Amino acid sequence: MFYYVRRAIKDIFENRFLNSVTVITITLSVLIVSAFGLFFVNARDLFDSWKNGVRIMIYLEPETSEIQRLDTRSRLQAISGIQNIRFVSKEEALDLMRERMKRQQSLMENLRENPLPDAFEVSLSRDSNSPEVMEFLAQRIEGLSSVSDVEYGQQWFERFSNIFNLFKLAGYVVGGMFFIATVFITANTIRMVLYARREEIHIMRLIGATDNFIRFPYYLESMLQGFVGGGIGLGALYAVMMILGSRFEQTLSAEMLTIRFFSPTTCFFIIGCGMLTGLLGCLFSLKQFLKE
Amino acid sequence: MTENSSIIRMFRVNKRYGSKKALEDISLDIAKNEFLFISGPSGAGKSTLLKLLYLAEPVSEGQILVDGLNLSRISRRRVPLLRRKFGIIFQDYKLIPTRTVFQNVALVLETRGIKRSLIEKRVKSLLRVVDMDDRLTAYPASLSGGEQQRVAVARAVAGDPQIILADEPTGSLDEDSAAIIFKLFHRFHLSGATVVVATHDKTLTSNTSSRVIQIRKGRLDEQPDC
Ligand SMILES: Nc1ncnc2c1ncn2[C@@H]1O[C@H](COP(=O)(O)OP(=O)(O)OP(=O)(O)O)[C@@H](O)[C@H]1O
Ligand SMILES: [Mg+2]
Repeated sequence: MFYYVRRAIKDIFENRFLNSVTVITITLSVLIVSAFGLFFVNARDLFDSWKNGVRIMIYLEPETSEIQRLDTRSRLQAISGIQNIRFVSKEEALDLMRERMKRQQSLMENLRENPLPDAFEVSLSRDSNSPEVMEFLAQRIEGLSSVSDVEYGQQWFERFSNIFNLFKLAGYVVGGMFFIATVFITANTIRMVLYARREEIHIMRLIGATDNFIRFPYYLESMLQGFVGGGIGLGALYAVMMILGSRFEQTLSAEMLTIRFFSPTTCFFIIGCGMLTGLLGCLFSLKQFLKE
Repeated sequence: MTENSSIIRMFRVNKRYGSKKALEDISLDIAKNEFLFISGPSGAGKSTLLKLLYLAEPVSEGQILVDGLNLSRISRRRVPLLRRKFGIIFQDYKLIPTRTVFQNVALVLETRGIKRSLIEKRVKSLLRVVDMDDRLTAYPASLSGGEQQRVAVARAVAGDPQIILADEPTGSLDEDSAAIIFKLFHRFHLSGATVVVATHDKTLTSNTSSRVIQIRKGRLDEQPDC
């Protein structure tokens, strides 16, 4: 086995030019697709952290008494999926508003009485912050007595969710297309290698080599190339990420955006895909070639 | 010779390359363990006849049986099986240019799945017999014609073939090296192999007790001329 790996490496060097085309093709596709993937992974992280910040505002009827308020609160506490409940009095809300609208202070000064309602601010547990669960919860809360209105970032949340899913789908499509294109290009380069070696292959057959015997080194070679291509692609991506990352982190606060690389499992998976690409390309060209 | 002792049987074989007739109406039986010369002038069809046997070329008409295998019926998958019955010395040597002398000979044994340690021993001893053991790591392009031919002979017999097909095996060799090659053939012949030598070299065929058949312009000559 060791002998065959050594042979394969030697054969790769023999056809340096064509084999580097294969490696470079695989490298580039791995680089592009995993750059996309990396972007996606980090966008998801960001999205997740936003999701955790999602809150439901529950506005109470103007004439709600303290007792009713406490009653509502305990009812809210009984609803599963709700993690945190904070009471926001209308005074607090007004202060917040004043704070935010410093420029338009004149508007505020004319207010005789506080027009804002008391409210509860509710945050959700991690597993119930999908749009569906949120809508369900909102409807339940709306049915409670002394609740006048429930507000949550339903629309942007859903829209963002949709964009995110679209993005995911686009990622799969683009990834798939790159995969097919790479297999195709690899198949063609390997065909050229085979063509350059046709005399050798012919001789091997004349002295009694089976198709499998002839094929095996090429499988090995193409998997090796896929491995190298995938490795270089990932390495390059990592390097680019580190360089860009160090630039960004100076401008953006670190906690807001920590760029994360793929997990080791994902890295193996990506390199595995590179190897699979090489292998499939090889399979196709050999199948055609050995038919003669 | 009786029918069932034949290892190769050709029956009314015709071979055309396009419209050009290379072999016409050849019927020939070769017995197991026979030592046979096929002689004839250049272009007579000697190489073509051998190529039909190991299926480098398909017959145009007729039947060929090799060790019970009907060559016109054999499936693609079993062609390597047929070829492993032969040890072939090609007229143009057909050494693989990207492999060393050692690797060229070793390849035959690799295709048969033999262990590396065994391969190493066997290849070296064979190359010693043809006096090429000092050029193990040389590439074919750096060898003379005669040296390449000797490597080709070593490769042909490496797989311990039932039948040795030699196409001008001594064409590039001096008398001494030729004698070594023939001694090697005789050794395999003695141990049971069938040997078929195609040559236009009269000195090889004139003083032999073996059967010699003549091909002229693609036809078998019944009476051998001496
Ligand atoms: N691939 C081919 N395509 C067309 N014609 C061929 C082909 N191979 C051989 N021939 C022709 O068939 C005839 C027989 O050729 P062959 O090589 O069998 O002769 P030979 O007896 O081996 O000659 P030599 O002693 O010179 O090797 C020749 O006329 C040759 O030109
Ligand atoms: Mg010839």
